[in-house]
Amino acid sequence: MKSLLDQNFEKGGVVISKVDDLINWARLSSMWPVSFGLACCAIEMMSAYATSYDMDRFGVTPRSSPRQSDVMLVAGTVTFKMADRIRRLYAQMSEPRYVISMGSCSNTGGPYWQHGYHVVKGVDRIIPVDVYVPGCPPRPEALIGGFLKLQEKIRNESLMAPSAIERINAERTKHV
Amino acid sequence: MPKERNMFKLKDILFAQFGEKVIINIDESENYPFVEVDSKNLLEVCSFLFKDDRCYFDYLSCLTGCDLLSENKIELIYDLVSIGLEQKITLKVILNRDSSEVPSISSIWRTADWHEREIFDLLGVDFINHPDLRRILLPTNWEGYPLRKDYKDAERYHGVKIAY
Amino acid sequence: MSTVQYQYRPENLVESEQNFFKEEDLKPGEMVLNIGPQHPSTHGVLRLEVLLEGEIVKDCIPHLGYLHRCFEKHGESLPVNQNIPFVDRLDYLASMNSEHAYVMGVERMLGIEGQLDKRVEYIRVLVAELNRLASHFIAIGTYAVDMGAFTPFLWLIRDREHILRLLEWVSGARMLYNYLWVGGLYYDLPVGFEEQCQEFVKYLKPKLKELQQMVVENKIFVQRTANVGVLPRDLAINFGCSGPVLRGSGLRYDLRRVEGYSVYPDLDFDIPIGEGLMGTVGDSWDRNYVRVKECDESLKIIEQCLVQLTGDHKRTRDFDPRAKVPKRLVPKAQELYFRAENPKGELGFYFKMNGKSDIPERIKCRACSFVNLSVLPEIVKGGMVADLIAALGSIDIVLGEVDR
Repeated sequence: MKSLLDQNFEKGGVVISKVDDLINWARLSSMWPVSFGLACCAIEMMSAYATSYDMDRFGVTPRSSPRQSDVMLVAGTVTFKMADRIRRLYAQMSEPRYVISMGSCSNTGGPYWQHGYHVVKGVDRIIPVDVYVPGCPPRPEALIGGFLKLQEKIRNESLMAPSAIERINAERTKHV
Repeated sequence: MPKERNMFKLKDILFAQFGEKVIINIDESENYPFVEVDSKNLLEVCSFLFKDDRCYFDYLSCLTGCDLLSENKIELIYDLVSIGLEQKITLKVILNRDSSEVPSISSIWRTADWHEREIFDLLGVDFINHPDLRRILLPTNWEGYPLRKDYKDAERYHGVKIAY
Repeated sequence: MSTVQYQYRPENLVESEQNFFKEEDLKPGEMVLNIGPQHPSTHGVLRLEVLLEGEIVKDCIPHLGYLHRCFEKHGESLPVNQNIPFVDRLDYLASMNSEHAYVMGVERMLGIEGQLDKRVEYIRVLVAELNRLASHFIAIGTYAVDMGAFTPFLWLIRDREHILRLLEWVSGARMLYNYLWVGGLYYDLPVGFEEQCQEFVKYLKPKLKELQQMVVENKIFVQRTANVGVLPRDLAINFGCSGPVLRGSGLRYDLRRVEGYSVYPDLDFDIPIGEGLMGTVGDSWDRNYVRVKECDESLKIIEQCLVQLTGDHKRTRDFDPRAKVPKRLVPKAQELYFRAENPKGELGFYFKMNGKSDIPERIKCRACSFVNLSVLPEIVKGGMVADLIAALGSIDIVLGEVDR
């Protein structure tokens, strides 16, 4: 299915689309992350926002406050002292909200898994995570890849009830 | 090679000032000589080293604590540097592991303020007359002193499992 | 299936890090402002509890530990040479310098300090100085962002990307290299590296002049940072500050000259100090000025290293950077405190080996940012909140080192 802007425009001047696709396209084209860099991955995140790997072309600009953002990029090691604060920041974001876990420290505890008494072994023990980006630290291109994967996930979302979605998915896979 | 280890001169000055009772031990290994002092004389020795014109140790480089489980002792190592006279000295204080208390030297070198808080946090050594002794790196309600050799993690903290 | 295990209770936050100022102790007109762990202008997760009277700061309490990653516990459980990736992650902006300090300490304990090939030493100094440039670029860039100027940040990140590309060519990773090993290096420099580095040096020289005009002599920047956060020299020494913080207060003390490790005694470079050109000696402008001048000096050192690496110590077919890497690393029972000059100050490692295995009894990292940060409450009293941010940025902390 072609995306909204790839379809023909010169025939009639009217764009027809499903409400689902329209809303999802609006959401994924301007995801605003809350700037939440914790450790070394924060520097690669800053490099990804800045020159050479510009993320602004995907609509991604960092916002300082969680109340104004859609996605939380947990970049760096999560410690027990910080865990309470992360939970509070996540609660301050309004729905729809997504979480990208960047780097191996926030995926599963990273290199500190064995003897780190103060390191939470994965931020998914604190908040639910949508996309995991591996690497230590992941390259800025990997982070952009993580955002694109989140965009795919958002593209497949729907406002319909879950049972209706299951029925449509079953019909779609019948032809495969 | 380090050129500031004129320990012989300092050793003579210290012995002349304090005598045998205060200085317990002097080790003169090549790389890292040290002077061992008892904890009750620590403040006296440190203020002498800070104020005397021949020593003039104005810079506290590092304050380390080390847990010696096998001997039931905790060791504190003070690394002092004199910027003007280009010399270094290392002091050691050996404490009992169960009741470890030592006077705080943060009135002489204010570097020691945060270093002593960190040693209190991770090893559990009590510093007498410290202006503000609280945990600095770990949460206030953390149980235990992690750098001790017999430290065991608790099972969970605020509901989250600590181990992998 | 949810993986979330956290249990929320309202008292969790107060129990884990208590506030220093209690509400009932405040006088009328006073207010406690919490510059919390998540804030775009603190360089990492640092919490500042500021007692304000109107706009004037009366006291400031830093709360640390939000990134405490148990480096010293890992040091007690791993062999000395396997600990190098953790050393990288302490000061993640200047990993080569941290590794250099650590590796030199271990080599002094093993007794192989002066026996390394000169080519190895020159390569180590070359990558360490490149990393010093990268670290200063981030320091100056983020400081400019704190003051409100966004363009210098983008230009400095562009130049830093060139450095990172060079270092990725050498070691394989952009940021956390694990390149300097105990007794040598991981690999030799790639073929063609010296020429590319020479081109980079030629490219960077006019950029540093631009940096001087755009940031350092900029009228707005001067008005924001001159006479702000003044640190007198004797207070700096008493608090244990080192690096640009100490040199900004007028003391010409650089561990590369004082300790004289590696090949630095053979290299010719100056040590810039703060002289109060735009305000008082020891203000934030001075500290920043020292960093900008140190970039020039680093370029000089890089040029001299390149001359040596293409001249006397040219690459040969039988050069093995791992020649002196020991197969079994068991130093005899000893202790050592070794200190070296990180871009941010004095980075020291205390080792205690027990002679029976290669796992140390104790490793302590004396972190420059930890000690430099302790001076912050003293220098911001009596200033305004915006001056607090200016002073914090000029101290240049990196939280990986503060919390270890």
